[in-house]
Amino acid sequence: MPLLQIRNLTHWFGGLRAVHNFHENLEEGELVGLIGPNGAGKTTIFNLISGIYRPTEGEIIFNGTNIVGLRPHQISSMGIGRTFQKLRLWNDLTVLDNVKIAQHSRIGYGLSEAVLRIGRYHKEEREIEERSYELLRILGIDKYADQRVKHLAYGDQRRVEIARALALEPKLLLLDEPTAGMGTAEMMRMMELIERIKEEFKLTIILIEHRMKVIMNLCERIKCIDFGAIIAEGTPDEIKENPRVIKAYLGEEAAF
Amino acid sequence: MKKYYLPLALVGLFILLTGASLLGLLTSYIQMVLMLMGINIILTVSLNLVNGYMGEFSVGHAAFMSLGAYTSAFITTRLIPHLLWGEPLFPVGKLLYTFDVAAHIEGPIWYLVFPLTLLAGGAVAALAGLLVAIPSFRVRGDYLAIITLAVNYIVMNFFANLEPLGGSRGITGIPGFTSVPIVLIWTVISLWAIHNFIYSTYGKGVMAIREDEVAAEAMTVDTRRVKVMAFCISSFFAGIGGGLLAHLLLYINPASFSILRSIEPLVMVYLGGMGSISGSILGAIVLTGLIEALRPLRVWKWAVISLILIILMIFRREGIMGGREFWFLKPKREVEYAPASD
Repeated sequence: MPLLQIRNLTHWFGGLRAVHNFHENLEEGELVGLIGPNGAGKTTIFNLISGIYRPTEGEIIFNGTNIVGLRPHQISSMGIGRTFQKLRLWNDLTVLDNVKIAQHSRIGYGLSEAVLRIGRYHKEEREIEERSYELLRILGIDKYADQRVKHLAYGDQRRVEIARALALEPKLLLLDEPTAGMGTAEMMRMMELIERIKEEFKLTIILIEHRMKVIMNLCERIKCIDFGAIIAEGTPDEIKENPRVIKAYLGEEAAF
Repeated sequence: MKKYYLPLALVGLFILLTGASLLGLLTSYIQMVLMLMGINIILTVSLNLVNGYMGEFSVGHAAFMSLGAYTSAFITTRLIPHLLWGEPLFPVGKLLYTFDVAAHIEGPIWYLVFPLTLLAGGAVAALAGLLVAIPSFRVRGDYLAIITLAVNYIVMNFFANLEPLGGSRGITGIPGFTSVPIVLIWTVISLWAIHNFIYSTYGKGVMAIREDEVAAEAMTVDTRRVKVMAFCISSFFAGIGGGLLAHLLLYINPASFSILRSIEPLVMVYLGGMGSISGSILGAIVLTGLIEALRPLRVWKWAVISLILIILMIFRREGIMGGREFWFLKPKREVEYAPASD
């Protein structure tokens, strides 16, 4: 059974059809690329999967459960982590707190235990904190643990966002343009990081990217969408050759 | 050793204040100011939970104070005399009914009864907080300010029209149970409880909501639940503060819980600094002190206080402590961690 099954997904924003009849069968362990020109509906698909928008039509089945209509915190607790195209970190909080709070669904202690600092409180807090440090170490940002996120360099902030998404123990990770705004060297490091965490955390990943280099190197399979509809699907090589993709995504001139 | 400094300091402060007030070293005026400071700390830190840590804007703190004040005053002036001495529970038809509870009470049993009446007041206020929070947090934006403003007026008018509890004349003859040591104990309890809540990973969800609510939801934080819970805790301690105030002033009426009452802790929150417990302590002490110190200026004192606030907002918008804490209020680490040097 596929980890994520999307059938007939359609979403309207008023009179604008942002996603039209999108489908996907994502097997465990896959890394699929989602490409398409600006405004094609890629981020909208992420927002539909993570429950920020409720689709007008269609089914999203994750791990055997239909998640349409669930609230985002329920969906993320089931194991769907994501990052945002424009970083949405909790800027005034420390790096460590950003990663700790994303483990909210793991908290088993109650209000009285938190206020009185008794029972499961210390044990669970210790586990959460240890795990957070571990994630920060894996992403190479443990030295910034006590700094507020807003004081970090852009590339490190991207890493905090990935660490935060990993903190909720995802099976499926949605990465929305993780190399946006990065230089070549930083981009290479990010690609390496994505491959590394995929192995280490046994992740299934959907990746939105504009940079062909990233997409072509990382993905086994690519879906190209335009005006909300799938226009092509295949291996990187097939996509590279597909005239509809070249026309829609790379522009007319690039075809020659 | 260091972990005993804070409890020791608190015990020292407790002995010092209790001893000084018992030995008559503190005039009753000074005691009154100290108690007001403590009560204002409770009100400010509880409001800071919603306005500072959560980034919502509640302007109806007095509504929850009045619920706590009326509940506890009802218990001490009506319910207990009714149960013990058969006094009427709702003396309708008698203008300015007072039963001198203070003359009848003896013995330390009252030191046990009083905390329970305060807790009852807090519980009623928390329940009202729940009723306000559930509908208001389903919508985003400035609705909470409008709703809490309305709630403030509704509760005020409710008590003004509640003839069995004195209507607009209010409740008189409330026994003066509030004393310096009792206020100190409740202040410490409130600070400790709110500190432990907000600096647990669960409570930090409140700050994630302030920073980015969409991201909080997408990162497993049940934002609706966390918001309602924070608002209830805030209302609960407002109720406690109201109960203490009622048994300090000995007389309450609906007008003492007008919107102006709500503004006072609001100013203290912004003066001390949003999202800081230390700031709430400082803000409450400084503003309460200023109001008293500038009394000789009469009406002009509000001009001076407003001017100080304007200057503060220009030069230090985050307030005195904005987002920082004194060393003894800083959250402690669960694990020791030293990053590998590179």
